Amino acid sequence: MGKEADVPQNDPPQDLAIEARGLVKRFDGTIAVDGVDISVPRGAIYGVLGPNGAGKTTTLRMLLGIIDPDAGYRRVLGTENPTEVARRIGYLPEERGLYPSMKAYEAIAFLAALRGVPLAEGRRRARRMLDEYGLGHAADRQIRQLSKGMAQQVQLIGTLIHEPDLVVLDEPFSGLDAINQGRLEQLIRGLAARGATVLFSTHVIAHAERMCDQVAIIAGGKVPFAGPVDVARDRLRPQVRLETRVRDGIWRAALPADARCDVKASGSAFWYFTLPETGVEPLLRALIEGDAGILSLSIERAGLHDAFVAIAGEAAARALEEHREEAEILAKKGRR
Amino acid sequence: MFAERMRAVWVIARRDFVAVVFSKAFIFFLLGPLFPIIIGFFAGAIGASVQHDLDRAVIGVAMPARDGDKLIMARDAMADHMTGGVPDMVVIDRLRPGEHFDARAILKKRQLAAVVTGTLDAPVLTATQGRIDDWRGMVALFAARARSSEAIAYPDVRADVVVTSAAHEHNGQVVTAQAGQLLLFLLTMLLAGMVLSNLVEEKANKIIEILAASIPMDALFMGKLFAMLAVSMVGVAVWGTGYGVMVLAGARSIPLLATPAVGWPLFLALGFLYFAMAYLLLGSMFLAIGGMANTVREVQTLSMPATMMQLIVFFLASFALARPGTWIETLSEVFPVSSPYAMLAHAAEYPAIMPHVIALAWQGLWVVIMVRGGAMLFRRTVMKSGPGRVRKRATNRTGQPA
Repeated sequence: MGKEADVPQNDPPQDLAIEARGLVKRFDGTIAVDGVDISVPRGAIYGVLGPNGAGKTTTLRMLLGIIDPDAGYRRVLGTENPTEVARRIGYLPEERGLYPSMKAYEAIAFLAALRGVPLAEGRRRARRMLDEYGLGHAADRQIRQLSKGMAQQVQLIGTLIHEPDLVVLDEPFSGLDAINQGRLEQLIRGLAARGATVLFSTHVIAHAERMCDQVAIIAGGKVPFAGPVDVARDRLRPQVRLETRVRDGIWRAALPADARCDVKASGSAFWYFTLPETGVEPLLRALIEGDAGILSLSIERAGLHDAFVAIAGEAAARALEEHREEAEILAKKGRR
Repeated sequence: MFAERMRAVWVIARRDFVAVVFSKAFIFFLLGPLFPIIIGFFAGAIGASVQHDLDRAVIGVAMPARDGDKLIMARDAMADHMTGGVPDMVVIDRLRPGEHFDARAILKKRQLAAVVTGTLDAPVLTATQGRIDDWRGMVALFAARARSSEAIAYPDVRADVVVTSAAHEHNGQVVTAQAGQLLLFLLTMLLAGMVLSNLVEEKANKIIEILAASIPMDALFMGKLFAMLAVSMVGVAVWGTGYGVMVLAGARSIPLLATPAVGWPLFLALGFLYFAMAYLLLGSMFLAIGGMANTVREVQTLSMPATMMQLIVFFLASFALARPGTWIETLSEVFPVSSPYAMLAHAAEYPAIMPHVIALAWQGLWVVIMVRGGAMLFRRTVMKSGPGRVRKRATNRTGQPA
C-alpha cells in the first residue's frame, strides 16, 4: 500500500464494492495516475471513461492488485489486499491473452482454476457456457485455430466462469463488431441484474451513457468527475431551441443576452441558448405573455459527450474521439 | 491464506508441467543427452582410428647385417611379454663394416618414427626427444636380448588381484564427483533456460496480466519453478531408466562410476536435493530477469551476466574439487550458488552426513530469499504499464503520461 495512504477514519460503507482514495502511480518518474478517487457501489455498472493514455488501465491494475500504488488507499470487496478476494473478481484485460496451444474449453477451465474452481467442475462449466454462447463447436479447438473474435469471447467466458461478484473489464468493446457489442451490453446488464458489480473502462462515450449508473471521467491521470451519469450531464444547463413567428418583442428580455438567432426568409426566427437558471416556467410565461408566437420549442438535456468536454476539456475529448475512430478501423481490420 | 497460495502454485505448476511434457520440444529435451553421446561415440571412434594409424610406428634398423637381424628377432621374441604398443622394426639397410649411415637424412625421407644404427654393443637411436624418451629403454632391452646367445626363460608371475586400493578408490570418487557436478550444472542451466523462455512466451501471449490478477505473484513464480523441476524429474527418470537398461543389457563400454563415499542411495537423494536447490536459485534469478524483459533478445542480453556467473560458479566448484581442505573448497561450499555443486562433490568424497544437513538448511534459506526477492522484483517489473504502442501515441496527442 502507498506511503501516503489517506485511510478513511471510519469503516467504509458496506455498499461499496470498490473504494479508492488518492491513488498515485509513477513509472520511471512520470506520473501515470495522480490522486484518483473512485467509489463503485455494489451492483452498479460503473464506467471509467477517458482517452487513451489517461491512466485507465493503470488505475484498474491498481484496483485489482496487479500493481501497487505509490500512494493512496484502495479497498476492494471489503479488503485492502485485492489478491485476497481474487476468487470473487473476474478480469478481462485490454490486451487479451490465452495459451495458443490450449483447447478452448481447457483454457476456460484453467482460468476458472486460477479463481478456485476445481478443474473438473471448470471443464463442465466451460462446455456448458461455450454452448450457451454458441461456441460449442469450438470447444475442442486450439485457441490458435480460433478467429480473433471467437478467442475474445472465449476469454470473456473465462472471465465470468467462476460467477464473480465484481467484474472488471478493460476496454471490453474493443475489436468487437456491432452485433457482438450489443451482445456484450446485454451480458453486462445481465451481470448487474444478478447482483454483480461491473466496472469497465471505455473510450466510447455512447457505451458509458447507455449502460452506466455512474462514471469516472479520467484525463491526464486525474479524475475531474466521478459520480452518477445524470449528475455529470447536469453539470451543463439544458440547451433550448426556440422557433418564434416574430423576431422582436417584449419577450426578448426573457432570453439570455448571448442567445444566437437565425432569421428565416419567412420572417420566423430560430433561437439557440442555454436554459436560464430560473428554469423553464418563467421563460415560457414571458414568451406567451409577450406574444412571441411560439412555433416550436425543444429543451435538450446535455449529453455525456458535452459533459465530458466541459469536465475534461476539449483536448481530452478530441483524443477520445480519435481513439474511437482508430479502434473502429482496427476492429474492421481485425474482422477482415 | 497459505492453503490458497499452495493451491495457486499447484494450478500454475500443473498447467506448465502438462504444457511442457506434452509438447514436441520435450521430446528433444529427452533426446538431448543422446546428442553428446552420439557425437562422442563417433568422435571417439574416428579419433581412435586416427590414433591407431598414428600409433603404428615403425623403427628402421640400419646395422651390420647380423646385428640387425638379431635385433629384430629379439624384438619379435619379447613383444608378446611387453605391455603397450611395441613398434614394428624393419631392416632398412645392412651395413658393411665401417660403412656410415645417415639416420637423420633417412628420417626426413621415409615414414619412420626412429632409426637404430650402431651395433648391438653400442646402439644409436635417432628420433625426436619424445620418441627417444619412450623407446630408449626398450631398444636397450632388445639389444641386450639380441647379444645373449642363450634363450631367456620368462617365469610365470602369479596374479594376486585386489578389488581396489585407497588411491584407486579416491580417484574413482573424484571422477564420480566431477560427473555429478557436470550433470547438475547441465541440467540446471537447461531447466533455468526453459523456465525463462516459458515466461517470455507468456508475456508475449499477454496472459501474464490475467495470472497476475488472479493469484499472488510469488505463487505464480513458485508454480513455474516447481513445474520445471517436475519436468526435470521426468527427464532424469527417463534417462536413468535408459542408462539402467543399457547397463543391464550388458553394454560394457558404458562407464560405471565408482561408488561415492556416502553410498549410491544417499548420493542420489542428495543429488536430487542439491539439483533442486541449484535449480531453484538459478531459476528464480532467471525468472526475475524474465520479468524485466519483453522480448527474447532482451532476455538474452539480460541473462548473459547470470549465465556467465553460473559458469564461474561451476568452475569454482570444479577447481575446489582438486584442492580439498583449502579456503577455496570452503568458499565454494559456503557461497550459496556454488554450494550445491561443491557439496555434491563432497558427498562423493566424504562419508559424513551432517555437513549436508547444514548445507541444505543454508541453501534452503537462500532459496527462500532468492524466490521472495525474485518474486518481488518480478512483481515490480512484469506489469509496469499499459500497452507501449498506445502510451506512445497518447503521449504524443495529449501530452499526458499513460
